Amino acid sequence: MTPHAVFLQQLVNGLTIGVVYALIALGYTMVYGIIQLINFAHGEIFMLGAYLGLTVLALGGVAGAGGPAAIGLGVVGGLAAIGGCAVVGWLVERVAYRPLRQSPKLAALITAIGASFVLQNAAMLCYGARDRYVPNPFPVSQWQWGGVAMTGMQVLIAAVALTVMIGLQWFIRATTLGQAMRATAQDPVAARLMGIPVDRVIAWTFMIGSGLAGIGGALFGIYYTTINFHDGYLTGLKAFTAAVLGGIGNVPGAVLGGLLLGLLEGLGAGYLSSQWKNVLAFAVLVLLLLFRPRGLLGERVAERA
Amino acid sequence: MTRPTPRELLGRTHPLQGLLGRSLGIGLLVALPLVDGNAYHIDVLTVAWLYALLALGLNIIVGFAGLLNLGYAAFFAIGAYSYALANLQWGMTFWVGLPFSALVAGCAGVILGLPAIRVRGDYLAIVTLGFGEIVRIVVTNLEPWTGGPNGLLGIAGPVIGGLDFGVTSAPYYWLAFALVVLGVWMSQRLMRSRMGRAWMAIREDELAAQCVGIDTVRVKLIAHGCGAAIGGLAGCLFAAKQGTITPDSFDFILSVMVLAMVVLGGLGNPVGVVVGAVALTVLPELLREFAVYRMLLFGLTLILIMRFRPQGLLGARQIGRELKVRGAPAR
Repeated sequence: MTPHAVFLQQLVNGLTIGVVYALIALGYTMVYGIIQLINFAHGEIFMLGAYLGLTVLALGGVAGAGGPAAIGLGVVGGLAAIGGCAVVGWLVERVAYRPLRQSPKLAALITAIGASFVLQNAAMLCYGARDRYVPNPFPVSQWQWGGVAMTGMQVLIAAVALTVMIGLQWFIRATTLGQAMRATAQDPVAARLMGIPVDRVIAWTFMIGSGLAGIGGALFGIYYTTINFHDGYLTGLKAFTAAVLGGIGNVPGAVLGGLLLGLLEGLGAGYLSSQWKNVLAFAVLVLLLLFRPRGLLGERVAERA
Repeated sequence: MTRPTPRELLGRTHPLQGLLGRSLGIGLLVALPLVDGNAYHIDVLTVAWLYALLALGLNIIVGFAGLLNLGYAAFFAIGAYSYALANLQWGMTFWVGLPFSALVAGCAGVILGLPAIRVRGDYLAIVTLGFGEIVRIVVTNLEPWTGGPNGLLGIAGPVIGGLDFGVTSAPYYWLAFALVVLGVWMSQRLMRSRMGRAWMAIREDELAAQCVGIDTVRVKLIAHGCGAAIGGLAGCLFAAKQGTITPDSFDFILSVMVLAMVVLGGLGNPVGVVVGAVALTVLPELLREFAVYRMLLFGLTLILIMRFRPQGLLGARQIGRELKVRGAPAR
């Protein structure tokens, strides 16, 4: 491979994982934007999405790429991941966050950690502690342009993520619920005075964010072919840094942050070593925060601890 | 012991904080290894004291100064590795290693504190989280010095007058407990000192603190340094006790657990955070009979405790009041 092709290949690989980070980061950023809380259980919801996708594929008896039936089951798996994760997200909000809305913020951080333990161990109990193989129900295809390979899965991930993100942007801008979300994020008290059911809006925010993480998880599982109950933690952490990178609370910022982090990792893995790529991601994050604390697209400086 | 001022007498009603209760509690805990022959109990409690030491250190940063830190395991790691390396390379003894680790970790705390001055709240949490991950990954990858993922082996334990601590747990129990008692005492003294009041002032309102002439940069750096030094101390003790250290002992989960201990026990209350540390160390052990459900139940317990006692088990009275009246008219 020519150096040029190597660079492009790393770019493609990096962007693919970056898109997944962006999907998860959206959930972090939406929740933070609306109640200024770091939802530490979000990474686990992403991991559950991968498992839910796997469950549908396993129940349907999909072992690998097949005909329309397998593709159909793949789509159903994705939808199940969205739905299932939305329900779990709602439940987590209801049990771990809503009762603590008037409490010190650190208390909510601890319940978030508790919820994360619960989800992780529930997944381990249901699916076992070992890596589980996730079959790919979609036809395996690959395109080549001048030495750069792109798999069908990469195209699918990009397409799904793009659709979802555009849909989300439309949803936040154009629908009544989206408007209510923006109002609540701006000023919860005033929003309540205007007759917005703030608690319900917050619940919806959790559900939408969790659904996005769910589809991200389902795609991630198929792309990497295995899933483990530990996977939510590091991926969640990175998606969170992506959200901060873009400016937490800012929806386009989360997408930008995710893509940048993915690119950085892809190029870091290609040119340095894959061992050091995690340091690179965190070092850039720390440096960025020091020189531009509100992130790339962040509008306001959040200081509430 | 200094005489309590009338204000303190009025403000403190907790029986454990009376001198009698204090000496009784300490005496009982010191005598425990002599009475309880079960090595497992002593071992679990030794680990609890180690965590309590970490919680006391983090309490200075988060509880006193209000600087959220999600990478505290880094200082634990720095302390452990500085003693381990100094011991293996230069033959440094444990008793020299203890202050040495505290010094190295304290310096690391100040160095991290310098750039972190500019960020606050959640952003500070992320910077410290990044720092914690960076330290862990660097330690894992610097194989020639740190032994990489395999860690370092054969770290010497403490020796007193020819008596090697060896593998028995009771001497470690007493040593760790002594350090915890010292840590609580120092924390309580610090809390009432000029520096402690300055920390609480920046925690409650940084701008107002600045206006009354508190050098916020200096005060924050000292908080980071003191907290990190205690973490380093704990790291040194951990390395000596285990005899071997690997990078995965210092992961993000540890930082989170120590923070949970501080919040659960009661932010800003030194006795409280020790109780929190003991509770969160002993609880998973008690749940051991539930085998695979252990961590699940542990997570549920965390949620339930916070739900019904968001100020922590022994929340500092003062903090509880401050947090509650925020936004409401002050009495």
